[in-house]
Amino acid sequence: MYAFDLHKAASAANAAALLTQTGGKALAGGQSLVAAMKLRLAVPGALVDLSGVPEMKGIRKEGDTIVIGAMTRHAEVAASDVVKAAIPALAALADGIGDRQVRNMGTLGGALANNDPAADYPAAVLGLGATVNTNTRKIAADDFFKGMYETALADGELITSVSFPIPKKAAYVKFPQPASRFALVGVFVAQGPGGVRVAVTGAAPSVHRAAAIEQALAKSFTADAAKAVKIDAKHCNSDLHGSAVYRAHLVSVLASRAVTAAG
Amino acid sequence: MLLQRRPKEEVVSIKLSLTVNGKAVTADVDPRTLLVEFLRNNLALTGTHVGCDTGQCGACTVHLDGRAVKSCNMLAAQANGASVLTIEGVAKPDGTMHPMQAAFKECHGLQCGFCTPGMVMSAIDLVQKHPEADEKTIREGLEGNFCRCTGYHNIVRAVQLGATGMGK
Amino acid sequence: MGATDQGVIGQSVRRKEDLRFLTGAGQFTDDVNALRQTCGYFLRSPHAHARIRRIDLSKAKAAPGVVAIFTGDDLTGVNGLPCGWLITGTDGKPMNEPPHPVLAQGKVRHVGDQVALVIAETLHEAKDAAELINVDYETLPAVVNCVDALKPGAPQIHEQAPGNKCYTWALGDKAAVDAAFAKAATVSKLDIINNRLIPNAIEPRAALASYNRADESYTLYVSNQNPHVERLLMTAFVLGLPESKVRVIAPDVGGGFGSKIYLYAEETALVWASKKVNRPIKWAADRSEAFLTDAHGRDHVTHVELAVDKDGKFLALRVHTTANMGAYLSTFATCIPTILYATLLAGQYTTPAIFCEVTASFTNTAPVDAYRGAGRPEATFVVERIVHQAAVDTGIAQDEIRRRNFIRTFPYATPVALTYDIGNYDATLDDAMKVADVAGFPARKADAAKRGMLRGLGYASYIEACGLAPSNVAGALGARAGLFEAGQVRVNPTGSVTVFTGSHSHGQGHETTFAQIVAGRLGIDIAHVEVVHGDTGRIPFGMGTYGSRSLSVGGTAIVKALDKVIAKGRKIAAHLLETAETDIEFKDGKFTVAGTDRSKAFAEVSLAAYVPHNYPLDKLEPGLDETAFYDPTNFTYPAGTHICEVEVDPETGVVKVVNFTASDDFGNIINPMIVAGQVHGGLTQGIGQALLENCVYDNDSGQLLTGSYMDYAMPRADDVPSFNVSTQVTPCTHNPLGAKGCGEAGAIGAPAAMMNAVHDALAPVGVKRIDMPASPHRVWQAIQSARA
Repeated sequence: MYAFDLHKAASAANAAALLTQTGGKALAGGQSLVAAMKLRLAVPGALVDLSGVPEMKGIRKEGDTIVIGAMTRHAEVAASDVVKAAIPALAALADGIGDRQVRNMGTLGGALANNDPAADYPAAVLGLGATVNTNTRKIAADDFFKGMYETALADGELITSVSFPIPKKAAYVKFPQPASRFALVGVFVAQGPGGVRVAVTGAAPSVHRAAAIEQALAKSFTADAAKAVKIDAKHCNSDLHGSAVYRAHLVSVLASRAVTAAG
Repeated sequence: MLLQRRPKEEVVSIKLSLTVNGKAVTADVDPRTLLVEFLRNNLALTGTHVGCDTGQCGACTVHLDGRAVKSCNMLAAQANGASVLTIEGVAKPDGTMHPMQAAFKECHGLQCGFCTPGMVMSAIDLVQKHPEADEKTIREGLEGNFCRCTGYHNIVRAVQLGATGMGK
Repeated sequence: MGATDQGVIGQSVRRKEDLRFLTGAGQFTDDVNALRQTCGYFLRSPHAHARIRRIDLSKAKAAPGVVAIFTGDDLTGVNGLPCGWLITGTDGKPMNEPPHPVLAQGKVRHVGDQVALVIAETLHEAKDAAELINVDYETLPAVVNCVDALKPGAPQIHEQAPGNKCYTWALGDKAAVDAAFAKAATVSKLDIINNRLIPNAIEPRAALASYNRADESYTLYVSNQNPHVERLLMTAFVLGLPESKVRVIAPDVGGGFGSKIYLYAEETALVWASKKVNRPIKWAADRSEAFLTDAHGRDHVTHVELAVDKDGKFLALRVHTTANMGAYLSTFATCIPTILYATLLAGQYTTPAIFCEVTASFTNTAPVDAYRGAGRPEATFVVERIVHQAAVDTGIAQDEIRRRNFIRTFPYATPVALTYDIGNYDATLDDAMKVADVAGFPARKADAAKRGMLRGLGYASYIEACGLAPSNVAGALGARAGLFEAGQVRVNPTGSVTVFTGSHSHGQGHETTFAQIVAGRLGIDIAHVEVVHGDTGRIPFGMGTYGSRSLSVGGTAIVKALDKVIAKGRKIAAHLLETAETDIEFKDGKFTVAGTDRSKAFAEVSLAAYVPHNYPLDKLEPGLDETAFYDPTNFTYPAGTHICEVEVDPETGVVKVVNFTASDDFGNIINPMIVAGQVHGGLTQGIGQALLENCVYDNDSGQLLTGSYMDYAMPRADDVPSFNVSTQVTPCTHNPLGAKGCGEAGAIGAPAAMMNAVHDALAPVGVKRIDMPASPHRVWQAIQSARA
């Protein structure tokens, strides 16, 4: 790890100012960032620790949305009665991120800002059509994820919370890569106010919606309808753990299993 | 990329103040000090081990304010103001082993002993959250801890017995 | 606990070593620190194959905190690392044995090859300085596959190994095999890849070397399985120091599995450099380094053919194997695919003719050496996969074809140089089939089919040769070291006992098992027995722990030392009791005059030995401290049957192990709890090989693609089931404990049982071949290809 300066932010505004001032990186749970810094892959000159920012914490129901603070840990989302009652698929997804120790440190905001192509949370945010709230604006999920490790966040912009509309039904099914246990493919299926949304993680360079499956499920919300959709492997990732063709196949299979799980 | 680095002479140390195994600890450290480095090097608590550099093996597991975390994958600064429990602080002051430690011995849930401290810390956390855990829950709950010796068979038995002991 | 009678042997005594590990008081190498310690860091090659044109250290040497930097040019008078086993090829010539430099000299030959040792005040400073070293590399084409390396035109890795060949070696009667094949009713054939593995002991390798100017001696703490061998190789072969000047301590060691048997470059460089800088140097590998530089395991490519007659009797076995040695010869690399492999190809069967030819090649990969089982898992995989195939080809049931060919008369001389002393292969097969409920399998398969799942059952009836070995036999086969073991039993004046063993425990529980032997034989409380291991400064000598040898060889050395203690105690007791030595019986911790109630307790005799006031000083030396060296007369032959049941999801290719049964014959057992634990661990490593683990290098660049736990799949708790393990006993005939060894059996039997089960499950969809690991992707692809 290279040397860096560490600042602790007292508020979101303070954090944003510190980030602009130092050109550094925000430290949320650090489960990806610290690991990358240890391997000298990430080399920030400064870190701004967000753990003391009060307005970035907490889970609450606001009408027909669930609002989760960016610094809320995965374990807290998984255990939240509010989330379990309103969007059980989201609690279950959070309960499957990393392992128990990672869930006890990692945060919603950190995971979204990092936008790892095989992360779970982006699938939920996109699948549920959530809104990412920052210190300066509200960003629709469809506009937030820009590509591999890329988001719509500007320099100095911070995620403060995420608003998840409560769906009629939803489920997330992950097929873990055998070594890392990140998603080789993960599919989030939701039927909600905006119709059917299907978000796919792991399969391609970035989380994305599977339009063909959404159309099929809009006509018939059944497992068979999802499975019948053939996904084009052209845009899928290929690596040691799965070819593009395999990943494409899994998207349909997992979507069908998610439909079954959604009930 | 290298331009962003801070030259060494500009390193500003930070003040740490936390509780470790019930004792208050203060220190000035380089910000890049990992929690596991602080425990092992500054406090000589060498029971917490480092088995990987990607946050997966779990040999470094300690409790941070009652939650199992990987001390090699967080900065010591992230534990500032918190209470840390390591394997050295688990037994009673008179030396009586914690029920989970005793269960690992009784069930032969350890062989070389290297993953053991992290495994025990993880198991205690698991049982605190899931006192009635069945075998499947235990196996899934130990996803973040690698053991290369035991094949996990006896670790599962130990966690079950430890859960019984902790419930008493 | 606290048993004071001989009943302590055979009991599941809870382990004496557990308290320190459970309370964080274990002392692993990285937990040990020395005054004025520096940090060592190795700059490693980023290239698989390159010439070093120039190394510029000027900037690095001026970096903050740097104490010294050494490269290969500095190591004048330091030899390369030796290989401990000379293989003589079929051409009658010795194997090609290119140099294995401690730090690269002129060339790097695998990613991770060590180029420079940077010594600094802190690890951060050492790493920062290493980044300032400018190495001018001329990159060269690389080859990583052991078969590709032998092809004409492959990149040439060593001048001393033309065509990248280390040796071609053969065992068995080729003419007899060819003749038998001509008469066969059925010939079964398979192509097999035994996938390359990375051992992954959870404690990465570490070392702390210091030099003492006062007596010009060195002390090395190192995470190692056999400190005396480490010292012997390092001093006599590499550094040219007297052994008396080097103390090697292997304290608590966090798992070995073979990977910590060897003398590595890192600790050798540290010892050498500790004198140069006159300060202690600590190095602890991080996991990324471990992936790149620990000796890997397996990596065989094999073609096997089995000739079977019309009754299902095996007539002959023909095996051709290519084995990957990696870039350099690790300590025992050369004997693994030969002596420890081809000799096991008879398995449990009476196959009368066997021929095996092995070619070993150099590649631009990390060195390959023994990994849990070492040659025997590879042999078992070949034998049990082809037996499975023969059953399929002949239509004979899997258990029946095995029974038709089992060896039942002992001793049995195989056509591949071993003589099995004893065994009962029907007993373990019967037991395993009962425990695995083979009778209920068709119903379970039908139930799985209803759920759209494919269920399969696989057998592996394995044999292994353990307790390495008679030294003279090993020597005749090329071993450059002895294979005995040493044990010392020091009875202290008040009757407590300190045992010094040359075996090393890194999870095997010797501190308990060996204490049970001593407590049982001497009839004393096990709490009064301490077992010391892992220190050349305290232990007379030792060959260390590998090949499931500790109990059968190391334990026997202790028994021999105990015999001497009891014999001397008998003399002392005879004097104290004023009777003839022949009248003294030793039982239950007492020396008794036969037929009387006159006796002396063990502690009274030991006290007399150290306070010899009333003592036959004219005939007997004071003291009660005996040492024995034991060299076995034969290998031991643990054997058994493993049965694996899997369920495959054809939609995703996921293979789930739903049931695993192991019935093993390890001979007599001292501590059943520890034995079961060894089996569980071995099975999980075997299942890991079959299902998850795979070391992959990029074919073009030679980069390690599975260089972290992000890509190398380690078995986790939820990847494996609970195991059904049981034992049958035929005591070994040639050691006093009747013990055979249990450490590797799981890893030997499991891959074959597991892959046979996968092939059984996939047979109905037409899948003929799946290589390990049977990952979801591979299984799914195989199903697609079969259906296409």
